Amino acid sequence: MTKQSNSPQFDILRSQLKRVRGLGSSHSGSQAWWAERLTSIALVPLTLWFIASVIGLEGATRADMVAWLHAPVPLVLILCLIVTTFWHMELGLRVVIDDYVHNNAIRIAMLLFQRGLCIIAGLFCVIAVLRLGLWEGGS
Amino acid sequence: MVAFSLPANSRIKQGKTYPAPAGAKRVRTFRIYRWNPDDGANPRMDTYEIDLDTCGPMVLDALIKIKNDVDSTLTFRRSCREGICGSCSMNIDGGNTLACLKPIEDITGAVRITPLPHMAVVKDLVPDLTQAFAQYRAIEPWLKADTPPPPDGERLQSRKERAQIDGLWECILCFCCTAGCPSYWWNGERYLGPAVLLQAYRWIAESRDEATGERLDALNDPFKLYRCHTIMNCTDTCPKGLNPAKAIGAIKQLIIDRQV
Ligand code: SF4
Ligand code: SF4
Ligand code: FES
Repeated sequence: MTKQSNSPQFDILRSQLKRVRGLGSSHSGSQAWWAERLTSIALVPLTLWFIASVIGLEGATRADMVAWLHAPVPLVLILCLIVTTFWHMELGLRVVIDDYVHNNAIRIAMLLFQRGLCIIAGLFCVIAVLRLGLWEGGS
Repeated sequence: MVAFSLPANSRIKQGKTYPAPAGAKRVRTFRIYRWNPDDGANPRMDTYEIDLDTCGPMVLDALIKIKNDVDSTLTFRRSCREGICGSCSMNIDGGNTLACLKPIEDITGAVRITPLPHMAVVKDLVPDLTQAFAQYRAIEPWLKADTPPPPDGERLQSRKERAQIDGLWECILCFCCTAGCPSYWWNGERYLGPAVLLQAYRWIAESRDEATGERLDALNDPFKLYRCHTIMNCTDTCPKGLNPAKAIGAIKQLIIDRQV
């Protein structure tokens, strides 16, 4: 709603043009925006494939699961799904934090934390899948 | 962080009521935001009852009627009264629009009028547009060309080239869109906002302007441009029927086009 005070006109005697130009353009931002679009598009077929696969594996034993993961196509697709999901999540969380957190120190801390969290969680999933798909003997 | 409630000195109180003159037949109620920086009081909503038989059809006509005949202290901006100058932008019945283009008939119940949201208030319905106009200045809204103009006349443009700035040149800088954009509310100091980005695209789409790359460079920034999440409030609210969200999408597209 409407607010008084902290008016740019009354509180800040700096040049308004200097103020809105700020530190200038960072000449970046398009990559993250584009990657967010591409990952969301890629997630549509990957997620559909994953849901179909889970339905197909209904009632499978652990050994069936491992055998399924040993085939190259499911293994590669599931790795793609994991990487794309966590990459997209990182980009999305970054947008939310940049939108709503205005204290720079807190914002940068949150950005680093969420990025670390996405990388670690993603790595956990990747390693788990690799262990099942590559190292654990299928039967 | 984002503030979800107004600071104590901004909370709106109930104000005075100015009843319609005796014998008035077509009475409409206008509830109008009032705030005076000089009296130290909180903002208030004053109520004015106006006889539509003695008043023009638009919300601006009612405001002028109030100022002339009821309460001369009511402060608002207006000039052209025909949707061309962009002065009378305000929030009417919950939407940002031009008072001179908004028919009173279109509104049911009491007509609620507040200044453009999330802008600092100078007085009553007058918002402080200093920042928005500085942002407009920052995108360098003028023709930039290295080629000298023809010695015998102006720079020419084909009909097709001229058509490329249709839907852009009509913008009157009323800032209804910018004041309705959630991204501008949260990050107005860094995000340029829909009005200014539409104007930036107006110069990018201009066939006679030779600074396209430089203009795109200046916009390629997570805050200046990419705070737009295509929420489309801007397009919904533009009283001139323009589409800032589409212009912003075109800028993003061009920045990708030059990388692939
Ligand atoms: S489309 Fe972009 S500019 Fe328009 S209201 Fe939404 S975020 Fe703001
Ligand atoms: S795009 Fe529309 S709402 Fe925005 S400043 Fe221009 S005329 Fe006003
Ligand atoms: S008075 Fe000029 S746009 Fe309304």
